[in-house]
Amino acid sequence: MARRDIQLDEEGRLRHFLTIEGLDQPLLTEILDKAEGFIGVSQQAIKKVPLCRGKIITNLFFETSTRTRTTFELAAKRLSADVLSLNISTSATTKGETLLDTLRNLEAMHCDMFVVRHADSGAAHFIAQHSAPHVSVINAGDGRHAHPTQAMLDMLTIRRIKGEFVKLRVAIVGDILNSRVARSQIHALNTLGTSEVRVIAPYTLLPAESRSLGVHVYHDLQEGIRDVDVVIMLRLQRERMRGAMLPSEHEYFQLYGLTEQRLRAAKPDVIVMHPGPINRGVEMDSQVADGPRSVILQQVSHGIAVRMAVMSMCIGTQNARIARREASVSGLNP
Amino acid sequence: MGPDEIRAFIEAMASDLAKYLARAGVEKPIMVGIRTGGVWLAERLHGLLELEEPLGTLDISFYRDDFTRIGLNPEVHPSNLPVPVGDRHIILVDDVLHTGRTIRAALNEIFDYGRPTSVVLAALVERSGHELPIQADVVAIRPDLEAGEHITLTGPEPLGLVIGRASNRVSREHEQQAGKT
Repeated sequence: MARRDIQLDEEGRLRHFLTIEGLDQPLLTEILDKAEGFIGVSQQAIKKVPLCRGKIITNLFFETSTRTRTTFELAAKRLSADVLSLNISTSATTKGETLLDTLRNLEAMHCDMFVVRHADSGAAHFIAQHSAPHVSVINAGDGRHAHPTQAMLDMLTIRRIKGEFVKLRVAIVGDILNSRVARSQIHALNTLGTSEVRVIAPYTLLPAESRSLGVHVYHDLQEGIRDVDVVIMLRLQRERMRGAMLPSEHEYFQLYGLTEQRLRAAKPDVIVMHPGPINRGVEMDSQVADGPRSVILQQVSHGIAVRMAVMSMCIGTQNARIARREASVSGLNP
Repeated sequence: MGPDEIRAFIEAMASDLAKYLARAGVEKPIMVGIRTGGVWLAERLHGLLELEEPLGTLDISFYRDDFTRIGLNPEVHPSNLPVPVGDRHIILVDDVLHTGRTIRAALNEIFDYGRPTSVVLAALVERSGHELPIQADVVAIRPDLEAGEHITLTGPEPLGLVIGRASNRVSREHEQQAGKT
């Protein structure tokens, strides 16, 4: 028998959210549908729903982040959860406490969910394996591996503007090699049935296995964005680059920077996305970033809804598990 | 029960509701239907009463009190209240009033959008089995049902009422999650 995906419970419901890999199309669609429901919450005078009252959600950020951490925090607060945000560099780990000891202590404080960002690939998975059974773990970015909530907010943005994935041609441009966002996006786009996924990058910024990811590889920006519906620009991950992968940022912009002029090769109603933070003048021109085709700020708003969806699904699964166990215990001892 | 009978019940409900609103001195009310059956019913009542304000729809999934037992409803739709509800009269419409828990959730959700002047509850069916002190103001049908029986509005076109029997607790919870009680 195949080993069960750690992300799912016995009934196939989402318990942890660590990576897009292994999740099927109905589950990804369910996340998007739930997120649509949560978008409506921002229209309420009181922008909160009572779903996660009494739950404690802890942000464990071992790597800096502004957008992701604040949108996770806001999402948790809109679900009425209590939120702890730990900045690990100033916490007990600098005094020599191990990661597992930190986790045990947080569990003793009855935390129900960890939102984890870490520079090492596999960190969120490790924490999920070593956490108490009532705790859910959400990956907010691990090394070069995955950033599944970012991918899902991008999918929500694409679906809300463009509709069905089966009709779409999507290009991802830039630092594919170092990008956990790109990896998660490619898995999500393919699972959702996107007609064509392209990656556009210099040889030095492409992983060796990129073709096996189910994408079409281009090295020329102009050629690669021809007739695409969606262009996703990636940030140059300078902090993850070792050695000389690029001659200079200026030269990168000359070859791979997105400008209004270059964008003319794409479909007239193309949308331009970027996970942020943008290096203006490196990945794209300000004219494009602030232009009518840019949906970058919509992505940020959708991030809150997607994170609310994923968090409430995981906590709901844990609730159901605990209720089932209590029911079976009381059934044994009537 | 077939579509013609139900149409007659809904027409009677509309005229009762009009009388109720006139007696209470309610002007320019906002009608809000609770998904899914309540919306089907509200669409018809809204037309019959020729209300000025557009119809609102409420999905109470995020306000259910059984989230801690069964998790999130698999089908969630956005709520849509096109007119601000603060300082307005609301007509809340649902298909079947049973335990009262759906209405409790709906009231909580409405109050997160604003503070209405009043809320009137109209239900096609009010049955036994209340678990909260909530009654409907306007009702068309009060069936005599036993504890294990349930009544469901089917639709959207044509509307029908089906009486069935839940075999055990588990299937009843599944059904509650799919529809509402």
